[in-house]
Amino acid sequence: MAETKYKTKPLDCWNDAKQLRAKYYEDFVKAHEKGGIRWAGGAWAFSAVPEGLGDDVYSLTGEPYGATVAYNRAFAEECHEAIEAKGYARDLCAYMRNYWGSIVLDKYVWGGEWPKPDFLWTTHICCSHAKWYQVASELEGGVPFFCVDVSVGPYDRMNERRINYMVSQMTDGIKWMEKVTGRKYDDEKLIRAVYNECRATSLWAEICALNKAVPAPLDEKTMYSLYVLNTLMKHKKECADFYEKLRDEVKDRVKNKIAAVGNEKFRVMTDTQPPWAFLELWRYLEKYGVVSIGSLYTFGLMGIFEVKKDGTWGPRTTPQEMGIEIETREQALRVLAEWTLSRPEWQHFYSPDFKSDMMKRIVKEWKVDGVMLHYNRGCEGLSLGIAENKLALKKAGIPVMHFEGNMGDEREFDLERTKVEVDAFLEILGAK
Amino acid sequence: MGAKNVKVVVLKDGQIVSRGIALSGIDQKASAQQVFNEALQKAGASLSDIKYITATGTGRDLAPNANSNISMMGADALGGTHLFPTARTVIDVGAEEGRAVRCDEKGKMIDFVINERCAAGAGTFIEAMARALEVKVEEMGPLSLKAEKAVPMNAQCTIFAESEVVSLIHAKTPRADISRAIHDAIADRIASMTRRLGVQRDVVLVGGVAKNVGFIDALKRILGVDILVPPDPEFVGALGAALVPIRGIGGT
Repeated sequence: MAETKYKTKPLDCWNDAKQLRAKYYEDFVKAHEKGGIRWAGGAWAFSAVPEGLGDDVYSLTGEPYGATVAYNRAFAEECHEAIEAKGYARDLCAYMRNYWGSIVLDKYVWGGEWPKPDFLWTTHICCSHAKWYQVASELEGGVPFFCVDVSVGPYDRMNERRINYMVSQMTDGIKWMEKVTGRKYDDEKLIRAVYNECRATSLWAEICALNKAVPAPLDEKTMYSLYVLNTLMKHKKECADFYEKLRDEVKDRVKNKIAAVGNEKFRVMTDTQPPWAFLELWRYLEKYGVVSIGSLYTFGLMGIFEVKKDGTWGPRTTPQEMGIEIETREQALRVLAEWTLSRPEWQHFYSPDFKSDMMKRIVKEWKVDGVMLHYNRGCEGLSLGIAENKLALKKAGIPVMHFEGNMGDEREFDLERTKVEVDAFLEILGAK
Repeated sequence: MGAKNVKVVVLKDGQIVSRGIALSGIDQKASAQQVFNEALQKAGASLSDIKYITATGTGRDLAPNANSNISMMGADALGGTHLFPTARTVIDVGAEEGRAVRCDEKGKMIDFVINERCAAGAGTFIEAMARALEVKVEEMGPLSLKAEKAVPMNAQCTIFAESEVVSLIHAKTPRADISRAIHDAIADRIASMTRRLGVQRDVVLVGGVAKNVGFIDALKRILGVDILVPPDPEFVGALGAALVPIRGIGGT
């Protein structure tokens, strides 16, 4: 057991995060009572776009919903059994099965009936996403469905033609939304949402960059509950405002050396979504003075970074900080497409080398002693190439281990077994 | 505290003075207590004479009177390098698990790999195949050395491999050839796992399956290196655990 070296305290804004999240899920259920609109889609969707339909438009993003189900083991099992009984295979995306299972059971994870959306708006970021909502539409009796194809290549090869491809699809999407909802689209609301999204995702990157400090002001288990807001409502003002408040608090923690883990002695990073029903593993590490400072997943799924003048990673400068004034729909969509395509946790869909390079950067800048990779059977997209990442990290002389599991299906995770492997890794690091 | 057997090693001045082994059974804690008492008796010692106890293995948290514990991989590294100071790769194949460890000259583990969730890389595989062949498990190794032909076995899974063995029996394939195919299959799996670490000499094989001459032969052929096997290889993990206070590595 490592000795406590640093002072620590819970986050002051913790309850704000909890309330924002609870309100989000409640708003979706109550949307129709207020005469509002519900849409559902992936957390990677261009969520700023439906904002042009009005201030009473509420979303339900599928991945965080699937993770919430995963945390509730009994309900997750019910969902898996329900969808598998319909003939869908056990090795499909675990979030997707949790989501489909909820539809089939007609149960919302927060209680009550499944809140059927009015339309589905998503992006085809991996081999599951478009099919996810195509099947959801069918299971829900034909809910209108629009999917934006984002397969335009990695950000370092971006050009006007590729951006045009994205913008033209979103432009078509807006016309489609007007048709299926019967509402007139308001470009001003879109512009506002795009500004919000750039601010919220840049702020999250800034918060993650603050975790380079020793002791780390945040631990990854806590970060999971914070980054999630961007997966729900990155386009909302209240989300960006929350991150501003959190950023200020984290800055204060760094200044006053307030640690997330008082006995911090070793720093690790993980990879991909965790097995959500078994986050106690992250607390287990802390017993031995090991803090997980985050991961490419926690940082780069919803944080937009750029390389700063000194060569290190920091928050990307927002259009508003650059003095860019967005005036038209076309311009707003261009900014949104270009901004989104620079997302770190997107590049490795094109090559594991992108991810290995980013991971090595995190190891160096965040002063990481070892890497714990989750070979996540529940997500093909983010686990694809992970063994290549392991080889690259090893080649760079970085201690690395992997454990097998599933982010959303507890049947494929063995906590005790994983602890055996973690114990051995901690011995290698010298923590145990 | 192994999946199948509990092993105890008692050291005095760094030398083994007593050993014990018993089936883990349903109540592993009781089995451990019993074999521990027997080992003490053999050593002519009592509990108060024992300065330090380190447990390892699947059930290490259940070990009676333990002062600390160490991972199985860490214990393999310590035990393997104690017996063979030149060892840099220790392969441990037990009843339920196969694993490989890379270590430095001090016996500290540097990296490890485990054959996860699959009986096809563990002793259980050979036991299951012995049942299918109607051969005693201890005869499987010597039998495989009598093989005249290398018969490929494609299945990587115990369940499918068993049906493949049944098919080979129906095809009148000699038992010796089937036995070799079985050992080649498990060795192939362990070798491929070990290569992920990078095979660094000297290579030491420990664990219960290291008593099987057929497996040793197969692993040597497939890895293409000589393999050192200590006498009583099933005790190496327990020996490594007992060395924790002496070597000052691991154990919390």
